[in-house]
Amino acid sequence: MTEQTIASPVAPPPGARPSSLLRGERITSKIFVAALQSSCGLFLLIVAGLAAELVWGARLSLKTFGIGFLWSSHWNPVTEQFGAAPFIYGTVVTSLIALVLAAIVGILAAIYLAEFAPRWVGTYLGLLIELLAAVPSIVYGLWGLFVLAPIVANWIGPALQKTLGFLPFFKGPIYGVNVLTASLILTLMIVPTITAITRDLIAAVPMRNREAALALGATPWETAAKVVLPAVRRGIIGACLLAFGRALGETIATTMVIGNRPVISASLFAPGYTVASVIANEFTEATSDLYLSALIELGLILLVVSLIVIGIGRLMVRLFVR
Amino acid sequence: MIDKGGRQGTASRRRLVAGIGVSAFMLSGLALFGTPAFAATQIVGAGSTFDYPFFSKAFYYYTQKHPDVTVNYQSIGSGGGIQQFTAKTVDFGASDVPMNAKELERTKAAVLQIPITLGGAGVAYNLPGIAKGMRLTRELVADIYLGKIAKWNDPAIAKLNPGMKLPDMAITVVHRSDGSGTTYIFTDFLSNVSPEWKSKVGTGKSVQWPAPSSIGGKGNEGVAGLVKQTPGAIGYVELAYLLENSIPYAELQNKAGKFVFPSIDTVAAAAATKPEVSSTNFSIVDSACAQCYPISGYSWVMLYKKPHDAARGKLLKQIMTWLATDAQPIAKTVDYVPLPANVQKQALQALGEME
Repeated sequence: MTEQTIASPVAPPPGARPSSLLRGERITSKIFVAALQSSCGLFLLIVAGLAAELVWGARLSLKTFGIGFLWSSHWNPVTEQFGAAPFIYGTVVTSLIALVLAAIVGILAAIYLAEFAPRWVGTYLGLLIELLAAVPSIVYGLWGLFVLAPIVANWIGPALQKTLGFLPFFKGPIYGVNVLTASLILTLMIVPTITAITRDLIAAVPMRNREAALALGATPWETAAKVVLPAVRRGIIGACLLAFGRALGETIATTMVIGNRPVISASLFAPGYTVASVIANEFTEATSDLYLSALIELGLILLVVSLIVIGIGRLMVRLFVR
Repeated sequence: MIDKGGRQGTASRRRLVAGIGVSAFMLSGLALFGTPAFAATQIVGAGSTFDYPFFSKAFYYYTQKHPDVTVNYQSIGSGGGIQQFTAKTVDFGASDVPMNAKELERTKAAVLQIPITLGGAGVAYNLPGIAKGMRLTRELVADIYLGKIAKWNDPAIAKLNPGMKLPDMAITVVHRSDGSGTTYIFTDFLSNVSPEWKSKVGTGKSVQWPAPSSIGGKGNEGVAGLVKQTPGAIGYVELAYLLENSIPYAELQNKAGKFVFPSIDTVAAAAATKPEVSSTNFSIVDSACAQCYPISGYSWVMLYKKPHDAARGKLLKQIMTWLATDAQPIAKTVDYVPLPANVQKQALQALGEME
């Protein structure tokens, strides 16, 4: 009896290895875990270092303008008066509009590709959408400037103004390069991200769930909307956050079609300016210390805005998605 | 179709994308490594984007004549050129505006600045049915950019152009969104012409544009593209760019009262009115001679008087001497304006101080 209680209560698993090898494996797995932890730590260090470098570079501007920098609309390189408000506004507005449009289009496209399309259509159409993500940003910018901007100026803009012109968003003169065109370009650029991720998520939902829904008499659309989508809600929000992050930082395509005018205007047809655009446009020629420092502070603000937005997204996931 | 094809479809799709990606990568690798780029000595410079077309052609010819030397010029912008020059990561810098006293102090060494080429900014516009040659006075250009004149059929413009049918269209003012030497020359011109502009806006590579209908384009191509696309737009574009593209541009009235088109000759005439240029006194806008084009300016190259590597210094001096004299005819082939003879002599004199 004593031998049995001292020894392991269950029989050792078949093919169990001698303890020396087990010790070796334990050391190996410890090294492995340590390597993973250090690469994670390295990444965190790099991000922290980036933030620290930005704060250091922005110290002159932080000292000169203080907190008022965030809501000042003044941007005058000649008198060296700088303010971030128009850029933050432009960045957030274009990215939000792009996110809303891209989420609608992307999720619907992903549902179609994963659930309803014949297999060969799904493969090749999905491939095309993913290739859209590989198109360089500047190509989007050129296309936007020469193709999309005239379309917005001549067709989309007047149509919107005729039907929804009572809203403050659609008033005012219609330039081809404006916040609306920039938002549309951004939508095109982030749709592939959302579609690809959502489609993979939907494909990973077990077949059992779908079969159960169909067995209960649901139509294919009801299955997709009420069984499959709720199962991947969390992942979709993650995909949208990723896409939003990309939209926030998109530089070249935005700067070519947004009109580059630092004003805050309710109308979508007015030109605007984003943080990434102003940094790209003015950094190389900024020769005075305060000017450079103000641009670096804008970069810092963009970093902080991105973190806040992603933080809010994660919070929403935790609160609303079970 | 709800079938099990999802997983397998994903895998074959992945393989297809991977295959395309790998072949594209290999092709680009072939393209990159297929071009040899090794020479005995490489001189490095950086700076103004305005100079880039002229420099790239000139240095190409130089390497053809001296195959053991290549000159690598990075057009990162005047500000970037000055920064890299101060940090001594490049042998020479190029800027549309010479370094001022504060920037020179930061280099902690003696710096030579020589004018290297000339350029001008033409005023382009887009009006349906109106070809090149609308006449504008200097004050009108300033008023348009200040936002005081909002429509094309304003009586002030109509008076100057009695034969033209000016439409009742709003003027959309286009400017450079990136900091640029062309903007500097243009705002320098506007400050000279309009005291209101001088006090309200000032001169700079980037300024706060007062007109309510103004939009910014990136680079000369951006401005030209916006002007071409937006009916009723007006914008300032670098001379070389203007001459090589078919955009209608205006005839400006200069200080002497004559209307001139921007061209190599009119810009050269403006340069000739100021025989002595230096890095502290370099503005040639709004010159008063019959054939002068009012919106013109020099572009500069900066070198250290005592480069830390004597052999490279000698090579650099040779290259710059060639660039300031024998290379100037090359400028004409890319629609840049060659330096006038007296300015070339000044440049050579300055280079003579180099050790």
